[in-house]
Amino acid sequence: MKILKSTVLVLALLMVSLTFAQNKNERASLEVDGVCLMCKKRIEKASLNTKGVKSATWDVETHELKLIFDERKTNLETITKSIVAVGHDTKELKAIDAAYETVHPCCKYRDEEVNDDHKN
Amino acid sequence: MKKLLYIILVLPLFAVSQTQLQGAIFEDNVTKSPLPGANVFWLGTKVGDVTDFDGKFSILYKKDYTKLIISYVGFKTDTLTVLEPKPITHSLKPTSELDEIKISSRNKASAISYLSSQNVIMVSSDELLKAACCNLSESFETNPSIDVNFADAVTGTRQIKMLGLTSPYILITTENIPSIRGASQAFGLSFIPGTWVESIQITKGAGSVVNGHESIAGQINAELVKPSTDDKLFINLYGASNARLELNTHFNTKVSDKWDTGIYLHGSTLNTKHDVNNDGFLDMPLYNQVNVMNRWQYTNPEKGIVSFINLKYLNDQKQAGQLDFNPDIDKLTTNSWGTEIDTERYEVSAKLGYVNPELPWQSIGVQAAYSGHEQDSYFGLNSYDIQHSSLYANVIYNTIISDSRHKIKTGISYTYDQYKEFVNTVDFNRTDNSIGGFIEYNYFNLDKFNITAGLRVDRHNLLGTFITPRLHMRYTTWEKGVFRASVGRGKRSANIFAENQKLFSTSRNINTLNTTGEIYGLDPEIAWNYGVSFLQGFRLFGRKAELTADFHRTNFKNQVVVDYENAQEVNFYNLDGESYANSFQVELHYELFNNFNTRVAYKNYDVKTQFNSGKLERPLTPKHRFFANASFETEIKNNSKWKFDATYNWLGAQRLSSTQNNPIQYQLLEYSKTVATFNAQVTKVFSPKFEIYLGGENIFNTRQDNPIVSADNPFDSSFDTTFVYGPIFGANYFAGLRFKIK
Repeated sequence: MKILKSTVLVLALLMVSLTFAQNKNERASLEVDGVCLMCKKRIEKASLNTKGVKSATWDVETHELKLIFDERKTNLETITKSIVAVGHDTKELKAIDAAYETVHPCCKYRDEEVNDDHKN
Repeated sequence: MKKLLYIILVLPLFAVSQTQLQGAIFEDNVTKSPLPGANVFWLGTKVGDVTDFDGKFSILYKKDYTKLIISYVGFKTDTLTVLEPKPITHSLKPTSELDEIKISSRNKASAISYLSSQNVIMVSSDELLKAACCNLSESFETNPSIDVNFADAVTGTRQIKMLGLTSPYILITTENIPSIRGASQAFGLSFIPGTWVESIQITKGAGSVVNGHESIAGQINAELVKPSTDDKLFINLYGASNARLELNTHFNTKVSDKWDTGIYLHGSTLNTKHDVNNDGFLDMPLYNQVNVMNRWQYTNPEKGIVSFINLKYLNDQKQAGQLDFNPDIDKLTTNSWGTEIDTERYEVSAKLGYVNPELPWQSIGVQAAYSGHEQDSYFGLNSYDIQHSSLYANVIYNTIISDSRHKIKTGISYTYDQYKEFVNTVDFNRTDNSIGGFIEYNYFNLDKFNITAGLRVDRHNLLGTFITPRLHMRYTTWEKGVFRASVGRGKRSANIFAENQKLFSTSRNINTLNTTGEIYGLDPEIAWNYGVSFLQGFRLFGRKAELTADFHRTNFKNQVVVDYENAQEVNFYNLDGESYANSFQVELHYELFNNFNTRVAYKNYDVKTQFNSGKLERPLTPKHRFFANASFETEIKNNSKWKFDATYNWLGAQRLSSTQNNPIQYQLLEYSKTVATFNAQVTKVFSPKFEIYLGGENIFNTRQDNPIVSADNPFDSSFDTTFVYGPIFGANYFAGLRFKIK
């Protein structure tokens, strides 16, 4: 009887976890500010260094960061935080000045002049 | 007063209500469903919006905003030109990783990657055009990493070398399917017309485990033109002062939404006898070649599928030897020395690539190829016939571990080769088959470090069960400075006759000194290759420059030694002692002024083998080679431009195998003379459709005197055509045209 009980419990638990099963390969897109290929490296690295992120591709032109991540391990908020921590603004969250200061001088995307330099 | 108040109240409204551009974004499918969440913004600004549930957006409009960018994950990003704030509706197409990456900046004709862990040299179609002629073996003339020389003084066959080792030690593939091996080893490079080649990738040192266990010195892969991207119509005509004529035509057409097909025809001929050095022998063979390929390409980006089906047929006939040789009467007699080589070959191959549209890192590739090759030939009194049927199949699965920095390639491959070989009257039949599994792990930290480690296990009916490890790494030491290292093992069976067909054009006795091995009594060849290279990009007087240096060492554990040291014999035996090839190359690339590129290279070889008669330098391998190339293009004016290209090549003295046993008049010096050649070409592009070219090969008119030993008495025991270290025919001038419709 005890065995039956625990079996039912386990099954019930399994079912619960199944109903809450989150997507292993969730796709999302973020707008991240940056100007050049060095920024691309930094942004993608920061994303991938977040546990659970499987793929991150940032487009220099469109500023779009395409993400694929395991929802069970991470979420957009955590990823956004790691990107902001290396000094890149996202639409939702801005980098603190101390973090922004750490980016290479040529990557100072908040600077109009730097932006213009990268246009051509 | 009240009116004024209204006006004042309304004014800010006007001031605030700037012009807005409105629109809606849809998915480009049958139902045209709205696309919520798409990014819409002006290029180079932070002004943007995200589409709502109905795909609608509203965005601030200013006159100086003209490029509107619409992007969404999983869809192609589009850029629209907006000249006035009229409402916009636009549909986005789904993307797939199979889409080509278009690089808009001008590509260098040949380039070494800064990022790959392997030392890979990319040769683009621009570079291939630098040598107007005509097949794959000739397209390496402008590349210092590969040495091209003649195999013998009669058949006109060009042989390539890399790292001081001949082509059997190089894995040569077309679109990553091993293609020049076995029976086609000697002449195979001349069976791939130059215009069919889209680009070439040269890997120096240990290659990838994915393509098999055979490569020792490196890998050369030729990508062929694709029906969907090649010109709709392409015609190339070539004629040379030596009376060589060539015609290449490509027809490509779209059959349906997803299918493209192309037919590629190549015909070449030389029917004039030349004997510039008056030795009574033709300087180059008379020949006719017909080569046909039909390709089918299937592309389905929505489902992530690309597929190619190729059909090829080749017929090649050569005749060479003495001027008065008449094959109908003199074949296999001592009336006159002559040779005929007839080759017929067909190939069928198919490739299928699937990339998971949901998970771009997951993909599967399947390759299968079957070829039948038949060569009937005789050389003087020697006859040599070979039939080779070959089947190759390979399945590759790509995925990642944890994230896209850790990539895994794994799969299985199968090869089956059946050889029917007749050397004079001796019958050598052999069947090889092998099945292997491989796994390759790649780690790239997106920055300075990249490593590829591969391992394969093969089970071969004659070579046994063995493992092939290969390792490559790359490290960016500082800005634009890239250090690479590689190590790898290779194992192969030597097809001693097919690979050394030049030995038939001699009076030498052929001996195999071992009897216990599985392949002609010989053991398989095993070698380790170690390589390091350094690439440094820099600016000199404000212009781009690149310096590369590399060193490779190939160490043979076993080798089938081909011993020409006795002038009356050629002996094959298992290596007993040391055999190695050291290769050092330094190369400088510099843009001297706009559109004027120069490349200089120096190469040093130290290639030694333990022969039965002692440890000697490999014959016909120059210790020093110097190379220089300059190319210049004028700016495009009225659609037209000029292109100039010149290549200088200098080869140091080459050791000639011993001729001590010959009578005194047939003895050669120990070392050859040095050889310098100069090629140049001018191309006038009249329009994107039409261009003509004119050029000269070996303009210095350098010639090797007496390339044939005992040419006056070809049935004497000293007769030998293999002591070739330089050009036999002098200067040759050519002209041709290219016509293409996109």
